[in-house]
Amino acid sequence: MNNKMNRREFIKRSALIGAGTAAASLLNACAPAATATQAPAATAAPAATAAKAVFDWKRFKGEKIEALLIKNTVGDLLVKYQKEFEDLTGITVGADTPAEQQQRQKLAVEFQSGQTSFDVVYYSFHVQKRLFGKNKWVADVREYLNDPTMVAPDWDWNDFSAAGKAWATEADGRIDAVCNKIDYFILYCNKELFAAKGVALPKTYDDVVAAAQKLHDPAKNIFGFAGRGLKNANTILWTSMLLGWDMDAIDSKLNLNTTSAEAVECAKFYQNLQKNYAPPGVAGFNWNECQSAFAQGQLAMWWDGLGFATPLEDPKTSKVVGKVAYVVTPKGPKAQWAGMTGDGMGVSSFSKKKGAAWYYCMWASNKQMQARTLAAGAGSPPRNSAYADADALKSLVVPKDWVDSVIGSGKIGRATLPVIVPVTEFRDIFGVALTNMIGGADAATELKKATDEFKPILEKSEK
Amino acid sequence: MALANRVMSRKKGYSRQGVYVWFMAPAIVVILAVIIFPWIFTLWMSLNDWRIGMQSEFVGLDNFRALATSSRFLSTIPRTLYFTFLSVFLPVILGLFAAEVFHQKFPLRGLLRGIYIAPMMATPVAIALVFTMMFHPQLGVLNYLLTLVGIPKQLWVYSADTVIPTLAFVEVWQWTPLVMLIVLGGLASLPSEPYESAMIDGASQWQMFRYITFPLILPFLMIAVILRTIDALKSFDIIYVISQGGPGTASETINLYLYLQAFAFFQVGHASAVVVVFFVIILALSIILLFARGRLRWNR
Repeated sequence: MNNKMNRREFIKRSALIGAGTAAASLLNACAPAATATQAPAATAAPAATAAKAVFDWKRFKGEKIEALLIKNTVGDLLVKYQKEFEDLTGITVGADTPAEQQQRQKLAVEFQSGQTSFDVVYYSFHVQKRLFGKNKWVADVREYLNDPTMVAPDWDWNDFSAAGKAWATEADGRIDAVCNKIDYFILYCNKELFAAKGVALPKTYDDVVAAAQKLHDPAKNIFGFAGRGLKNANTILWTSMLLGWDMDAIDSKLNLNTTSAEAVECAKFYQNLQKNYAPPGVAGFNWNECQSAFAQGQLAMWWDGLGFATPLEDPKTSKVVGKVAYVVTPKGPKAQWAGMTGDGMGVSSFSKKKGAAWYYCMWASNKQMQARTLAAGAGSPPRNSAYADADALKSLVVPKDWVDSVIGSGKIGRATLPVIVPVTEFRDIFGVALTNMIGGADAATELKKATDEFKPILEKSEK
Repeated sequence: MALANRVMSRKKGYSRQGVYVWFMAPAIVVILAVIIFPWIFTLWMSLNDWRIGMQSEFVGLDNFRALATSSRFLSTIPRTLYFTFLSVFLPVILGLFAAEVFHQKFPLRGLLRGIYIAPMMATPVAIALVFTMMFHPQLGVLNYLLTLVGIPKQLWVYSADTVIPTLAFVEVWQWTPLVMLIVLGGLASLPSEPYESAMIDGASQWQMFRYITFPLILPFLMIAVILRTIDALKSFDIIYVISQGGPGTASETINLYLYLQAFAFFQVGHASAVVVVFFVIILALSIILLFARGRLRWNR
């Protein structure tokens, strides 16, 4: 059977299974009594006891490792609690947190050179998974997962949702990383604006358009909708919307669906919202401009990743504290899917301190750190136990509604970007087309132009 | 005897030359490592189809042929020239005017001159970040100020029509002081006798500027034009931070396109071809400007 088909189908189906499994797990997790009796550790007690005898956090004491992270909420958390790891293991960590784009350039150049200055690398599965997997830039951690002396007894690989495991697993079975964050696209709604006009929160794509129309009031500086319009950044919004037609932009056989009737219809849906109901200048908006406008109460709806919620609930900078509804992606014409992305951490294949680096990955993805990720509203932890962590739920910096949205999105999560090597070119070329559509260009023509430009790039990359 | 002396001096000269080479060696090594080798390697990469993460393949001039037929790359050239023209012409005019003003004596001249050249000292990225906030169509301070005086809000960098002039505005704000300093230096070096003669002859201020000052400072202006042209052609940080080449590709200059190819798409072969083409463009413009400067020297 074609390996490439297996890879994509594997990811797609794992996401579907993961959605269902995560849902079941999350529902169980919300009933604290049930969680305790279902804890895997109970059945694994004999092995766990034996494992405790040989596993040692101080095994690599005295070593120094370098971690190449990203400047984002998860990276900030890892740096904030770094001393905890250093005290636990005796391993010194030098953490670097450049901006996302610069980090991606740095790691690509270093991996290509065959020598990396870092031992641990944080990367985005939805952008880099295929590139990393094809080149084996990160070590296969199965050797550690299968070695009881290298896995903390309470770490529990099976606590990860199927979606989290699927993100970290390549088509050939390698487990290249540990997933530590999943993000879903949701619809942020300004409850106050909706209530003022007596409009119900949207449940379908048609509801989104209708609500945008009713709530759009530029004279009062209120706009019905906003989403990313800046090229490259906007493509992921469009591919998330396309899931509502039950369609991926690129299928498992690497066929481009980008000129299909569904893709054109979706592009028109995107164009209609952005051209008619978005603030002027949305063609240049990335998520941060949209977030700012929403936080100032100028937007009725904003469609983006749920990891951007925290500043909206910060009274120092937001005028919509307590007024935000976190709505699971509405149902599209054919299906209801929440566009999903994932981040993880891996051990550089070129590292000479793989053991110590693995310890860092293990700590960064343990139950406590995942609970902290949830509490900080930084994204959806792939660990099921995070949603049952009482301390995390008590110290949430975002409302419980947000957690409900995470749980609801987890039931219908589906990868939103194709797992291919030239995903950045894909985002760029189709991003330009989408931006042109906001300016009034014909959707079908732009998609055809973009498809013709991207097709040879895709074919060459998968040779 | 004379022959013996010549032989002796030739022997001495030969051994001194051997010593000279050792002194030059460090500089030669640095130039080779930092300039010559990267250039040769870039030329080599431009002849290969090479993407990071994949094996490179020698393709000859295919990368250059691809550039010649790439509408996206070809569209960056007029865009770059448009941006460069605005970023050179406006600072030259404004810098010349400012130099004339600061050449006069008036109270607090030193302090005001210091404030005027402050933008030059700031980090371009920091400037770009601040301007990005100012340009926000709904939340930015610039639109707020415009509405106070009854002018409609502008889209600034959020519209394909206004993004290039807006970016050029940032360049003008930062680099006009540089032109002012160059021209001010030129004004300070001008002889006073022509002005004295002109005043005796009853020339007006405008006539003195047009027939004396301007021709005499033209070589200095050309230096400013050359420096600004090279800087504007390779301008990257302002454009990347503020608009990232958008909306769409409306502000994608050659440099932005090059950056995208090399560091976003990891197409180092294709990007190297862009570097070679870009170098030829800059070289050609520099030669034209240097030639023009040579023709304009008043004391040649």
